[in-house]
Amino acid sequence: MQFMLLFSRQGKLRLQKWYAPLSDTQKKKISREVIQMVLARKPKMCSFLEWRDLKIVYKRYASLYFCCAVEDQENELITLEIIHRYVELLDKYFGSVCELDIIFNFEKAYYILDEFILGGEAQETSKKNVLKAIEQADMLQEEAETPRSVLEEIGLT
Amino acid sequence: MPAVSKGDGMRGLAVFISDIRNCKSKEAEIKRINKELANIRSKFKGDKALDGYSKKKYVCKLLFIFLLGHDIDFGHMEAVNLLSSNKYTEKQIGYLFISVLVNSNSELIRLINNAIKNDLSSRNPTFMCLALHCIANVGSREMAEAFAGEIPRILVAGDTMDSVKQSAALCLLRLYKTSPDLVLMGEWTSRVVHLLNDQHMGVVTAAISLITCLSQKNPDEFKTCVSLAVSRLSRIVSSASTDLQDYTYYFVPAPWLSCKLLRLLQCYPPPEDGAVKGRLVECLETILNKAQEPPKSKKVQHSNAKNAILFEAISLIIHYDSEPNLLVRACNQLGQFLQHRETNLRYLALESMCTLASSEFSHEAVKTHIETVINALKTERDVSVRQRAADLLYAMCDRSNAKQIVAEMLSYLETADYSIREEMVLKVAILAEKYAVDYSWYVDTILNLIRIAGDYVSEEVWYRVIQIVINRDDVQGYAAKTVFEALQAPACHENMVKVGGYILGEFGNLIAGDPRSSPLVQFNLLHSKFHLCSVPTRALLLSAYIKFINLFPETKSTIQEVLRSDSQIRNSDVELQQRAVEYLKLSSIASTDVLATVLEEMPPFPERESSILAKLKKKKGPGAVSVNELEEGKREAGELNGGGERGGDSSAISTPSPSADLLGLRAGHPVTAAAPSAGSLLVDVFSETGFIHYGRLMLLIFLRTHERTITKPVPFLAVPACLSASHTLLSLALRFVCKNNGVLFENQLLQIGIKSEYRQNLGRIYLFYGNKTSVQFVTFTTTLNVQSKPVEPLIEGGAQVQQVINIECLTDFSDAPLLNIKFRYGGALQNLTLKLPVTINKFFQPTEMASHDFFQRWKQLSQPQQEAQKIFKASHAMDTEVLKAKLLGLGMALLENVDPNPENFVCAGVIQSKAQQVGSLLRLEPNAQAQMYRLTVRSSKDTVSKRLCELLAEQF
Repeated sequence: MQFMLLFSRQGKLRLQKWYAPLSDTQKKKISREVIQMVLARKPKMCSFLEWRDLKIVYKRYASLYFCCAVEDQENELITLEIIHRYVELLDKYFGSVCELDIIFNFEKAYYILDEFILGGEAQETSKKNVLKAIEQADMLQEEAETPRSVLEEIGLT
Repeated sequence: MPAVSKGDGMRGLAVFISDIRNCKSKEAEIKRINKELANIRSKFKGDKALDGYSKKKYVCKLLFIFLLGHDIDFGHMEAVNLLSSNKYTEKQIGYLFISVLVNSNSELIRLINNAIKNDLSSRNPTFMCLALHCIANVGSREMAEAFAGEIPRILVAGDTMDSVKQSAALCLLRLYKTSPDLVLMGEWTSRVVHLLNDQHMGVVTAAISLITCLSQKNPDEFKTCVSLAVSRLSRIVSSASTDLQDYTYYFVPAPWLSCKLLRLLQCYPPPEDGAVKGRLVECLETILNKAQEPPKSKKVQHSNAKNAILFEAISLIIHYDSEPNLLVRACNQLGQFLQHRETNLRYLALESMCTLASSEFSHEAVKTHIETVINALKTERDVSVRQRAADLLYAMCDRSNAKQIVAEMLSYLETADYSIREEMVLKVAILAEKYAVDYSWYVDTILNLIRIAGDYVSEEVWYRVIQIVINRDDVQGYAAKTVFEALQAPACHENMVKVGGYILGEFGNLIAGDPRSSPLVQFNLLHSKFHLCSVPTRALLLSAYIKFINLFPETKSTIQEVLRSDSQIRNSDVELQQRAVEYLKLSSIASTDVLATVLEEMPPFPERESSILAKLKKKKGPGAVSVNELEEGKREAGELNGGGERGGDSSAISTPSPSADLLGLRAGHPVTAAAPSAGSLLVDVFSETGFIHYGRLMLLIFLRTHERTITKPVPFLAVPACLSASHTLLSLALRFVCKNNGVLFENQLLQIGIKSEYRQNLGRIYLFYGNKTSVQFVTFTTTLNVQSKPVEPLIEGGAQVQQVINIECLTDFSDAPLLNIKFRYGGALQNLTLKLPVTINKFFQPTEMASHDFFQRWKQLSQPQQEAQKIFKASHAMDTEVLKAKLLGLGMALLENVDPNPENFVCAGVIQSKAQQVGSLLRLEPNAQAQMYRLTVRSSKDTVSKRLCELLAEQF
């Protein structure tokens, strides 16, 4: 896989993961192009698109589009299920996930993705194992919590 | 499962995100962000040391701002500090920031690598995984240098946790992709291969991606993986849907692993060991059988996972191309999908069938689905599916169904989407030629093509129909009759007029016996279109008219009258006016014999010129297109580009020669020079470049249609540098005749700058190779057909290396040295050849002289071969200062007050070569009114005059 983008129906990028070395300007250009292309598609159309040397595989879940760019020889259907498994992982972790969860906890969305896919390839396809890894990290996190000042609690710093 | 407790997050971050979301405008958002950036900056700069938590929060805010699309230019150091925190969440944020924001040539890499090193040796699996994820995400060369040795050890060590092994495998894969030279598997190879046997499915899933990539590059070293992969696959395929527990996905056992195993096997030929092969065939049969079983779930995930494996199995069957039984079964299965209600499956079935069509075993089976595919072309609502259907029709086409398929594609063209029309037109043109049994069908098809989609019919297509008509005398009469009929339509496409003009001009006599298409009727028909056409078409029609005068003397007076009319002979377009004048003159002064010779019928075109098509035609025929063939196509195109000589010196009159002196004619010489006139007539219809482009375009569509059959990986966003380079090579070198520095070549990957200095007969060239990508180029080599110092074999992403070339001019020359550059970019070999801009004028010593001396020497060089002259049209504005600058750049002395006409320029110089010195004089006479120049060069050596004249004629 070369990259994965999550974006809203309004074309706002919610998550971007790049597995190929590209400059920031290239990334911006590609995101714009791909988002525009996918948003122009009608509901019943097929989920695959040829784009440059790559294949775009996308699927819409509620208000969010999940979109992967894979190499030409890659399997489209299994990529579609990569997307679905990621959605399941987010859903299970956040408890019926919605776009806001991903906006406010974007770092978690990245952590979960890293546990599932690394370097553009599936690392662990078992839902249980991925969530176990995240859970363990969260446990470490809680142990590390320290008391904070009042100002901090109300979010003023 | 812990619901996300908002408390564990960073409250300040949440507030900030809400603020941003509440911004009503882009300006408000930017304002809010700038405020936040100022705040963070002051915190980072403040005297008070920040605690880990605050640092984490601010770094996270910066990350959020960056992901919104704003630039972040600070905070990197704070993020690096977080890496060495012993609090997990702080470390995690630090790593995330680094993964997203740090590019490979950051100076911080050393510090980051240190932190990673510590975490890798911490023996804490969670920390180790974080560090490995970071390496995999950044994947820079520095990281490869630091860790490529360590990671394989972690991967195969007996005491490594499974989760760490998984990360290590994919981390190594990423490093291998960026720096294959640094990842040496050597002693680890067999242990890595044996990860396929690992008990933990997750480890196998991760490791197989690495093994597949390594196998593609070193198939021999990894070939033991084949039998291991087969037995693993067999165990999965035969397992019950619950056996694999959490690795079962919607009742499908381990779909990801299965697909990857099938992919790995596609790196190898069928197993030689009979038992292994038997087991594999059994697996493939089971997969095909399962496709027929009723689904275990109605969920789309179930069918997608199941079919993903099925399609991958079919790919493997096609890859082996040796099991007729499996191939036919695969084809039948895909046939079912062609009518499936899921658009995705129909799309994939069409795509997969395209490759099946190229196997001799399944070609016939694919053909049985023709009606369904035609129907898809007509009824699919998604253009990308229709495109696949068109591809498949093209692939399944052979002599038996060509007429049907071409007819269907033609009728589809009438309503086809604009985005795919051009490609469809080319496909129809190729099929029509490839499978033409009788050429009248071919002519009909192409004329229909022009009628239906004239705008999309490129020159190459109509050039080709004319070539074929000229070469085959059995179809000429039919072609004349058909274009004549087609031209009757009140509105016909300009391309039709071009073809009509050309064919009637050549073969109108074949239908002139019929009073309905008598010479005058033909002429009037053509001329009725004249005023609606563009200049090039009108020019072509004028040429057709002069041909008519030769073919039908009875039309002479009518045509002469047309030529004589003000709208022709005083046409504001120089080209048209000139043709009118010349043709009129030619028709009135040349004798019938001369006219007949000059305007003789075109000789047949050498078959070689349509070589790509000829090649296609000669091949096995039925859609059988292999990588081999593609390569041949490429080679062929290369040949065309390089040596596209027409080889027609025997018939200088009627063979279009690329060097036909059109310009001399245009400059208004008397028309007594009949031969070049014929040259001009023909060249405008078939220019040399015409069929070169044809070859290119055919290659392009060929590549587009068949890229699926090429198994080698295509680098991300790479450009076929070799193609573009040869294309622009010539014009680029010419840009440097009058200057010494600049950019010699540039594509998406590479920029080559040049600086050069010359003294006497010596020169020195500095070449600067700049890597425009962020990935390094490895095994970078350049070879020159003269001596050069070697260049650095490696160019880092974004870096530049320099090469110096010393040059000595031994004697005068006309061919520039060729520089061949080879390197690897992301694994793909790039190859380009450039002409170094070393031209004879670089070795000029300027010579100052007075008017008297100049003319004396000018007279001394009065032998005809010592002089070279060219008259040519200005291709740039005729600005005196620019002209002077260019002439000075040429290296000669620009002599003032020498020529009696102050508009003219004269120059003098001596070319210094080791063998001899060649004195040269130059005179450039601009004619601002006609926008023309006359350039005269005289030198003591004839080859030098000629070469200088050629070089300079391109410069003004």
